[in-house]
Amino acid sequence: MATHMTSERIQKRMKRRVALNKGLSGVFLLATTFGVFVLGVLFYQIITEGIPYINLDFLTGKLSTNAERAGIMGAILGTLWLMAVVIPVTIILGVGTAIYNELYAKQGKLQTIIQTNIANLSGVPSIVYGILGMTIFANLLNLGSVVLAGGLTMSLLVLPIVIVSSQEALRAVPSYLSEASIGLGATKWQTIKNIILPAALPGILTGSILALSRAIGETAPLVVLGIPALLLPFPGGLFDRFTVLPMQIYYWTLDASLVEEYQFLASATIIVLLVMLFILNGTAIVIRNKFQRRY
Amino acid sequence: MKFVTDIKNTRQEEKKQPTKVYDTKDLNLWYGNTHALKNVNFPIYEKEVTAIIGPSGCGKSTFLKTLNRMVELVPSVHTSGTIEYRGENILDPNFMVEDLRTKVGMVFQKPNPFPKSIYDNIAYGPRIHGIKDRKILDDIVESSLRGAAIWNEVKDRLKENAYGMSGGQQQRLCIARALAIEPDVILMDEPTSALDPKSTLKVEELIQELKKDFSIVIVTHNMQQAARISDRTAFMLNGELIEYDYTDDIFQHPKDERTEDYITGRFG
Repeated sequence: MATHMTSERIQKRMKRRVALNKGLSGVFLLATTFGVFVLGVLFYQIITEGIPYINLDFLTGKLSTNAERAGIMGAILGTLWLMAVVIPVTIILGVGTAIYNELYAKQGKLQTIIQTNIANLSGVPSIVYGILGMTIFANLLNLGSVVLAGGLTMSLLVLPIVIVSSQEALRAVPSYLSEASIGLGATKWQTIKNIILPAALPGILTGSILALSRAIGETAPLVVLGIPALLLPFPGGLFDRFTVLPMQIYYWTLDASLVEEYQFLASATIIVLLVMLFILNGTAIVIRNKFQRRY
Repeated sequence: MKFVTDIKNTRQEEKKQPTKVYDTKDLNLWYGNTHALKNVNFPIYEKEVTAIIGPSGCGKSTFLKTLNRMVELVPSVHTSGTIEYRGENILDPNFMVEDLRTKVGMVFQKPNPFPKSIYDNIAYGPRIHGIKDRKILDDIVESSLRGAAIWNEVKDRLKENAYGMSGGQQQRLCIARALAIEPDVILMDEPTSALDPKSTLKVEELIQELKKDFSIVIVTHNMQQAARISDRTAFMLNGELIEYDYTDDIFQHPKDERTEDYITGRFG
């Protein structure tokens, strides 16, 4: 038996195998370092440029062409108003769709087509959603470039993410739990409300907040919708014109060749946007950990 | 004296003609194209323990799950024939399954408590059916846990999560949870197959106790268990009901050769 695995044969390749392993681990480390390095440079540049400009006046002030007096309160409020539309719309529509697809719909060919399309929608470029939003909400419904139109457009953009992640979370709830509930005479909805949704909540929340993070950072659909960057009045309701932080960053960066300080203002705004994102993601993690259960 | 013998005679007659809880007639069931139950005729009697034995894949669990229509959770299932529960055909599409499942409790193979407190596990069923009064719920929780012989073990930790209990305790909790909706029939799908011998014994003793108040149908892999606890035993093979009789008769004088082969361990 022991004729093939001779030590001579094994030794011949041993050195090469070990060397390849070491070499490749170096390559992978390099790949990681590259990403971390670029991120580090980005952070360094933004923070050194932006931090000096962040103060109470900048955060609470109105927009101005004078860089000294420019504030981003309008954009912060705009972003918050946008979220006020996106959060309820995506959660109600997204989780509702997920519940229907996962728990009520009869599995079949049509259902498979619907599923595949929802998954594909999350890959559609955001500018396409912008065009859709402009056509339907801004023009057809004649809303104009207001909070509601922007919020509904952003909702469409992130809806597929919420649907797919919610469906995965619902699917992960063990079937023996819902069987126990149904076996006691509970209706499907009672089982969903009392057993399946609480168990799926951490997963649904994680997916939803990831989607919201994306909605906060998107610019392209809003550019198409015609959301201005230079806007003096603060938005106060769903039918007010508005702007958001990423738009502000975009226009300030664009005009940096005219007024040098605009670039620093853009950096300062990026910091504000990142802080908002971190707060959102942090909330997601806290909520997820709080509701996480063992089965 | 004559009066006493009269009573005795009537009692014996009652025992000879017990009430049917279920009467299954010409039941066929398919999973897609797989014919899983073939012309099953199967009466089930009140306040008895009916055991169903047979090799894996013989259809015994499928039949059990048909009795509360849980089998329909598999989408491709279709059936023919009738199952009368207390005189009503439960396979009628208009029959309300939620109502059936309130009268027919189920205990599963693997203990499956909810990730909730012991109290909330028991109170789940009554709450589903609209009972909110705390005093009534307290009462149901206590009597159900007592009924499942687990009250003394858990009475001081009703607020603790059910997942902290041992497997055997979890299974008795699941039985208590089924008792809380005050069912007529309790279906048990290999309730002790995931338990150690000591917990198995406790559940078997419990079944003996429960049969005073409930009709019990139990599917089991364990023939000794069927012999120990049941009044009647059914032997199923390849989707057919081969033999169904008093447990003593089945184990001592099986009429069908296949039954004899199975219970003497020649296959299965």
